[in-house]
Amino acid sequence: MNTPALVSILRQGHYLIASIHTALDDSQMIRFQQDLIEQIGHHRSRGVIIDVAALDVLDSFGSLSLRNIAEMARLRGALTVIVGVQPDVAFAMVELGMGTGSVHTALDLEEGLVYLESRVANAVTDMTLGISG
Amino acid sequence: MNDDSPVSADASADSPADGQEDDQLLPQLVAHLREHRTKLRQEWASRIRDAHLLDAMTPQEMSAETTSVYDNYVEVLETGSVEALQHYARDLSERIIPRGVETQEVVGIVLLLRDVLARSLFEKYQRDFRLLNRVLDAYEPAANRIANTVAVSFVDERERVIRQQQDAIQELSTPVLPVRERLLILPIIGVLDRERARQLTEQLLTGIRTHRARVVVMDITGAPNVDEAVANHLVQTVDASRLMGASVIITGVSPEIAQTLVTIGVDLSKMNTIGDLQGGLEEAERLLGYTVNRQDGAADQS
Repeated sequence: MNTPALVSILRQGHYLIASIHTALDDSQMIRFQQDLIEQIGHHRSRGVIIDVAALDVLDSFGSLSLRNIAEMARLRGALTVIVGVQPDVAFAMVELGMGTGSVHTALDLEEGLVYLESRVANAVTDMTLGISG
Repeated sequence: MNDDSPVSADASADSPADGQEDDQLLPQLVAHLREHRTKLRQEWASRIRDAHLLDAMTPQEMSAETTSVYDNYVEVLETGSVEALQHYARDLSERIIPRGVETQEVVGIVLLLRDVLARSLFEKYQRDFRLLNRVLDAYEPAANRIANTVAVSFVDERERVIRQQQDAIQELSTPVLPVRERLLILPIIGVLDRERARQLTEQLLTGIRTHRARVVVMDITGAPNVDEAVANHLVQTVDASRLMGASVIITGVSPEIAQTLVTIGVDLSKMNTIGDLQGGLEEAERLLGYTVNRQDGAADQS
């Protein structure tokens, strides 16, 4: 991209952290979706954190895309958590009837990491138990 | 008044005939009212008693207030300026509103005084209808203005008190209280209307962010029935809290509210409810991994 990055996707251990810096239009959203799904496989990530703290508005296409990303990420083997939803955004989303579906949400990046740590660690442990048993 | 309307036509036609200028009428009238102050005031007070107005006042207070109202009344007739009266009426309202005096009582006593004074004017001028007519022409508009001023001042004062109380209620209405790290409680007491529900959501969501809450216990033991709009709003608040990463436990749902929630068919599958606040706190502590142990003999030491 020639323009400054609208979304940064950083690797942190087993996880990918995607921070959305500004409101994305539909095509930018799709681009972000593709990038992220591709990177999950590339880094063999087990979890994805999408940080929307910088957004003061999230439209229906945006929240639908986030749900889709989470579902795609699951199919690629990564658990998704959305973090940093602002109070106004949260209530506006609920009023307009657009939730995040079954996707987990957490207060901020730190909480998101704690959540992934607990869930992904469990998954690893379950797997280990499965092999040993 | 209307009794003498047949004469009013020719009264205005040849009014200068009896040698009394119109601008002398009011001073004359005021002088009359001053002269018979004690008698008229007593008559007024007794009529107030007969009508059972201002029962909340003691006879001494009544006597003091009627004297000041009477003097103010006459002064307005004399000067035509209602400012002092306005001030006095506001002051009086401030004193009597907390004692439960109603608007109709205040208007009632002012109209009684208006009536008492008008009757005394009738008596004085009854021999000369034309003069009486002109006296009343001067008296009536001023008297109406006085009644108007007093009533408006009273209602204004009452509204001011109501506004003040509304502000106070609003300030107190939705406290968001941290009880442990990551745990907030939100007690809701009193009627939840639209405005309060909106305020509650706002406070809760910002509270979640500032206290980094993961669990919120919303206790609605103190809330009477909620209507459909407010119930939906509560459900939305729970959803919005979840989007911010906090789970909400609702406690103290009364039978009425339970029926409302089910009848309106809101999606309750995501609502986590527990019978009472104690149970809610215990569940919240479990979710957050707190364990509370009672020390042996702790209760005996105190």
